[in-house]
Amino acid sequence: MGAVLLIDFGSTYTKVTAVDVENERLLGTAAAYTTIQTDINDGLANALALLEQTTGPLAFSARYACSSAAGGLRMAVSGLVPELTAEAAKQASLGAGAKIAKIYSYDLTEDDAEEIDQLQPDIFLLVGGTDGGNTATILNNAKMLATCKRDFPVVIAGNRSAARQCQRYLEGRETYLCENVMPRFGQLNIEPAQSQIRALFLRRIIQAKGLSKATELISGILMPTPSAMMRAMQLLAEGCEGESGIGDLMALDVGGATTDVYSIAEGMPQDATTVYKGLPEPYIKRTVEGDIGMRYSIHGIVEAAGLSRVAQLAGLEPAQFQQMTDHLASHTDEIPQSEDWERLDFALASMACETAARRHAGTTEEAYTMAGKVFVQTGKDLRQVRQLVVTGGSLIHTKRTGEIAAHAFFSPADPMSLRPIKARVLVDRRYILAAMGLLAEHHPQAALRIMKKELIPDGYSK
Amino acid sequence: MEKKKLVIGVIGADVHAVGIQILYHAFTDAGFDVTNLGVMVSQEEYIAAAIETKADAIVVSSLYGQGELDCRGMREKCDEAGLKGILLYCGGNIVIGKQEFSDVEKRFKSMGFDRAFPPGTAPETTIAALKEDLGVQD
Repeated sequence: MGAVLLIDFGSTYTKVTAVDVENERLLGTAAAYTTIQTDINDGLANALALLEQTTGPLAFSARYACSSAAGGLRMAVSGLVPELTAEAAKQASLGAGAKIAKIYSYDLTEDDAEEIDQLQPDIFLLVGGTDGGNTATILNNAKMLATCKRDFPVVIAGNRSAARQCQRYLEGRETYLCENVMPRFGQLNIEPAQSQIRALFLRRIIQAKGLSKATELISGILMPTPSAMMRAMQLLAEGCEGESGIGDLMALDVGGATTDVYSIAEGMPQDATTVYKGLPEPYIKRTVEGDIGMRYSIHGIVEAAGLSRVAQLAGLEPAQFQQMTDHLASHTDEIPQSEDWERLDFALASMACETAARRHAGTTEEAYTMAGKVFVQTGKDLRQVRQLVVTGGSLIHTKRTGEIAAHAFFSPADPMSLRPIKARVLVDRRYILAAMGLLAEHHPQAALRIMKKELIPDGYSK
Repeated sequence: MEKKKLVIGVIGADVHAVGIQILYHAFTDAGFDVTNLGVMVSQEEYIAAAIETKADAIVVSSLYGQGELDCRGMREKCDEAGLKGILLYCGGNIVIGKQEFSDVEKRFKSMGFDRAFPPGTAPETTIAALKEDLGVQD
C-alpha cells in the first residue's frame, strides 16, 4: 500500500500531509501560499513540490481533501425563540463546520430578507417550533425567504407539521427536509440537519467555489476543514476499534481571523445540588469566536481582555502596545521577529485562549433557596476534563505553549466559568489535526495512533 | 383529537422536585402532552417553552410561599410574547402563612391567572379543571 495524501485547501495556504498508513507514521507536511485568484491546483502542485523536497518522490494510493477556501461554508439560520430553536440551529450549523453569517429569531421581516440577500449565505437553515408546536413563524419565514433574489439552498429542519408547506412556499428553490433540530422541548437532534448540510457542501459548494477542478485529482471526502478537525477530536477522545482514546477533551484552534473551540464531553451537572438550566448542549460541541484572532481580529482580543491587562501581560506600555497591534492588524502576514513582538503575541494568544474558552464553557451561579444553597448551571461543565489540545500558529510556533494554553483553564478569579481545572496540554506541533480527521474516515486506527505519537505534552496547569 | 399541550414547572428559587414529577405523570396519564421544565423556572422559561410548543396552558407550581411575588406580571409578559389568552394556572403553597384561600384566589385572578389552587389539591381536581377549560371530552 502506498502513501496517502491529505490536503487542506485554506484561504491563504494549501497544506499537504503525507502519511504511511501501514506503518502509522507521518511522512511529511508542507504548505504553499495560494490566493483566491490563482488556480487551486497551482497551490496544490506547489505544496506537493515542497513536500517531495523533504520526503523524496511519493506515490499516493489515495488523496483526500478538506477545504475552508473562499470563505469556507457560510450559513444563515432562522429559528423561533433565541435560546431554544434558534440556538439549536446555531449548534447544528457550527457542528457541520459552517461559519454563521447571522442568526435570526421570531418572524423574518422584509428587511431581513433583503439583508439575507446581501449576506449571500451558501446554505440557509430554516427551523422553528417543536414537532406539533408553533407553525406560524416557520411558515412566515419560508414565505419571506421565497422573496429572496439570490439562489441558495434551504435546509428545513423545524416543526414537522409545517415542513411540507414550507417546501411549497419555497418552490423553485433547492430545498431539503430534515428531522426537527428540536423535536421536543429541550431535546437537541442536530445530526440529521448536520449530515444534510455536509452533503450539500460536497455537492454544491465545492463546485460553486472553483474547487471542482481539483476534485478530479482527489479520491474523496471533501469536507469543511472544521468538520475534519472535529472528527479528529472525537476520534482522539473516544478511540476506535483496536485503539483506545484519551478521554474527554477540549481543543483550541487560535487562528488569524477566528478562534475555534471544541469540546468532547457530556458536561452535565456532577452532583445533586446543581440544577441545569437552558438547552442541553451537544456532546461534541464547537464554538467559533469571530472577533478573536491573532491578526485580522487582533482588536477583538484587546477589546475582550482590556488594553491595560493584555499590555501588562506583554510587559509593554499601553501606548506602545496599541501601536504594535494596529501595525499587525494591517500587516496580517507578519510573524514575530524580536523579543518585544514575541511578548506581544504571547499576551494576545493567552487572552485569545482565555476569552474563547470562557465563551465555550458553561457557567454556574449560586442561588439561595429555602432548602439551602444550590448551583444553577448553564452550558457545559468542563472542570473535570483532563486534556487540552491546542493548535494554530501562535501556539505551535512558540516555546511558551503551555503558559499560553494555561489561560484557558479554570481560574479562581473567575470561579463561575466551568473550564478545565487540571488538564494536560497537548500541542499539535506539526499542524496535522485536520489531516488526521480526514484520514480517520478510512483509516481511523492509523489516524489515532499518529495523533497519539505526534501530539506533544507541554505544560500542566498549576 | 390532538392532545392538548401543557407547560409545567416550579417557579422561582423553589427546588421542590418531587411534586412536579407527580404532576407530570398525572397529566400525561390523563392524556395531555406535557413539557416539564422542572424546578427553579423563570417566567421567561415558561413563556419560551409555550411559544415553541404552542402550548394550550401553563401550569405554575410553587411550594415555598413566594409564589405571589414570582407570578407577578406573568400574564402581561404572556400577552407581550404573543401568547394572548393562554390558560394560566397556579397551585401549591402559593402564599405564606394562614390566609383565607378565597382572598388568595381573588388576588391571583386579578393578576390574570385563570385559576389558583390551594395547598393539598389532588391532581384529579386540576385535571378536571383543565379538561373543562380546554374543552376536552372524556
